[in-house]
Amino acid sequence: MPTTPNTCERDAEIINEQGLHARPVMRIVDLAGRFRCRITLSNGSVSADADSAMSMMLLEAAKGTRLRIVATGDDAEEAVAALVQLIADKFNED
Amino acid sequence: MKLGDFIVKEAVVTHVQAHDRNGVIKELVTALAASGAIGSVDPAEVTRAVIARENEGSTGFGKGVAVPHAKTGMVQRVIGVVGRCPDGIDFSALDRAPVYTVILLLAPQSQPELHLEAMECIFRNLSRDNFRRFLRQAASGAEIAALLQEADDTPA
Repeated sequence: MPTTPNTCERDAEIINEQGLHARPVMRIVDLAGRFRCRITLSNGSVSADADSAMSMMLLEAAKGTRLRIVATGDDAEEAVAALVQLIADKFNED
Repeated sequence: MKLGDFIVKEAVVTHVQAHDRNGVIKELVTALAASGAIGSVDPAEVTRAVIARENEGSTGFGKGVAVPHAKTGMVQRVIGVVGRCPDGIDFSALDRAPVYTVILLLAPQSQPELHLEAMECIFRNLSRDNFRRFLRQAASGAEIAALLQEADDTPA
């Protein structure tokens, strides 16, 4: 019997002053690479894969933006938790 | 925001001579200064700021493009310049591949949202395969200017 893919979804607010600029994007790519699940981030109708730096730059997520994070795969919960933490920690930068 | 709002067409470098990352950054900032786009700001200071930022994390986003930048009090508006590096430059890019197209961006430190808007505009265009390919192949400043104009006229 096929198992339904494991999906985890959460919202997170960008709270660092500079928003989701290049360095945070690169940190997200690094983080996503440590998990097997597929992770997407959305700002309204714009979505980006967490393994694509270029597409995440299109989210234009300034401070105060609420991003929706969706992960699908075995380790979806762990990945989403780690990503939410990274965002809450202001990407360890300011 | 459109490319034409911040890319200084007069400063485009169609064949960057430098062979390393810092040299490319210096050459593009020098071109911006020569075009008058940064006024009386010392290009050496701007170069230092961009290199310092690049040292904190590569802006080589993959697929042969890099977007070195600085948010700085030295500029009051967003200013960008395009450089073509036909020989390929090591930018320690995400995908480890050489960089052939560099868009250097300066934005006022006090307005991070302007920087994000400009980056969104740049990547909206760079994520089009054709735009990347044509930019890499464009052999003259006029061709690059035409490409930028066409990109602005063609919403993604």
